[in-house]
Amino acid sequence: MSQYLLSVIHDGEDLAAMDAMSPDELQAVFAAVDSFNAKLQAEGAWVFAGGLQTHEATTTVDATGAEVLVTDGPFAESKEYLGGFWIIEAPDLDAALRWAAEGSKACANRVEVRPFQEEPSQEKQGA
Amino acid sequence: MSDAHAAIERIYREEYGRVVASLVRRFGDIDIAEEAAGEALLVALERWQRDGVPPNPGGWLTTTAANRAIDRIRRESHRDAKHQAALMIEDDTPHEPTGIVEDDRLRLIFTCCHPALVPEARVALTLRLLGGLTVPEIAQAFLVPETTMAQRITRAKKKIKAAHIPYRVPEADDLTARLSGVLAVIYLVFNEGYLSSSGDAAIREDLTAEAIRLARILRTLLPEEPEVVGLLALMLLTEARRPVRVAGGELVPLHEQDRGGWDRALIAEGHRLVRACLARAAQTGERPGQYQLLAAINAVHTDAPTSADTQWDQIAELYRQLYALAPSPVVALNRAVAVAELDGPEVALAEVDRLSLQGYHAWHATRADLLRRLGRSGEARAAYDAAIAATDNPAERAYLSRRRGSLAPTEPA
Repeated sequence: MSQYLLSVIHDGEDLAAMDAMSPDELQAVFAAVDSFNAKLQAEGAWVFAGGLQTHEATTTVDATGAEVLVTDGPFAESKEYLGGFWIIEAPDLDAALRWAAEGSKACANRVEVRPFQEEPSQEKQGA
Repeated sequence: MSDAHAAIERIYREEYGRVVASLVRRFGDIDIAEEAAGEALLVALERWQRDGVPPNPGGWLTTTAANRAIDRIRRESHRDAKHQAALMIEDDTPHEPTGIVEDDRLRLIFTCCHPALVPEARVALTLRLLGGLTVPEIAQAFLVPETTMAQRITRAKKKIKAAHIPYRVPEADDLTARLSGVLAVIYLVFNEGYLSSSGDAAIREDLTAEAIRLARILRTLLPEEPEVVGLLALMLLTEARRPVRVAGGELVPLHEQDRGGWDRALIAEGHRLVRACLARAAQTGERPGQYQLLAAINAVHTDAPTSADTQWDQIAELYRQLYALAPSPVVALNRAVAVAELDGPEVALAEVDRLSLQGYHAWHATRADLLRRLGRSGEARAAYDAAIAATDNPAERAYLSRRRGSLAPTEPA
């Protein structure tokens, strides 16, 4: 089993689309995401998931130098930012892509699939 | 290179895909499989030249390569546990020449053509791992620097490993969609060899032969898939015309080709396959897919003893069905060519002018020919100029230049 990060990437356009949704439409998206989450849990694929506040709530901390620098806003200037994510467990990429397709449909957004690095120690124990 | 050496390399290339696919299944790692297959070749070159080629060279290569891989994994004891585990597996799978559905090559081709890889990498990986072409050969065939091709292949292999792209035939739900990706890669390999006349001619011919070989393998493995049959038929009927497709460095269009120079054996096989597709479609009521339709179009063309005997109504109807399935302007352009034969150049020109294909040389060339037939020489000349400017293919340019030269002179403005 491998772990994959399914990220929901927001840009200005999809946020505007979300804002334009009626409460009923929004409710339908929430319900779809809830039932997707329930399915992940029921099938043992769920590791963790969450939705994030908008990028305006972001603070960057840099302790690589002598002083700790704290700055308002994200590190990378970008129109796209992470809106939420799932971490799932799947036997291979095909399975992860199937989950991603369901997740994308549920949250009405594009989903990016990225494998986690495997910890060498874990891999040895796993086999 | 001695004859024996060349013969061994030929066998090696024939067997390469099967050897590597089997090792990938067993060791779960493409790099290990390729290294081991390479080592097995060195042993084969030494031993077969001395003792002769064994009765089952593919089986011999697989066993030898597997032993080399195991030796290597043992030596590198720090290798991770997954590879250690591979040593525990007793592999009794017989080296079947063909036939079993879960053939290792079938798994591997689905890995190589995975939608999570960029299309150029899918083509390159398929030729490398299943076709046994070397990286310099693939680079030369696609006219890219060797380092670029090597990087492309390395990146794709890294992604397969890091993202855990499986070595598996997709589940039934995904099979049709994934199979169309595999067929697209094979057709791309074929067209790269067939359409482009630049680069090394021998390697280009190898590409069409390789595409046909891959399609034959796929057909053995998935005999129930009509689109596989369709693609194979399409390529055979196209390949049959290769001997007379270019003459004196100039492209010879279908209607000017010497039909006596067509490869009759390939045409007969292609026609048999098309008939099988038609019979199957009639029996199941399933609509034929795009490769079957393209094959049928080519069957109609190759069925006509002369260009004038072509059943243009059938061609136009098949393109209509193809357009309904895959509405692309290129399909509409091809249908217009048939319409010109049925309803005249004026009707066809109106259809052609509606298409926005200004960057496509065949659009300009088709317009040029229709304008020529309508006696509109000045416009035809401009269209030929545009067609020549839009293609790099020297044989195509030579043909278009000659056509332009044959136009009636126009009054200088």
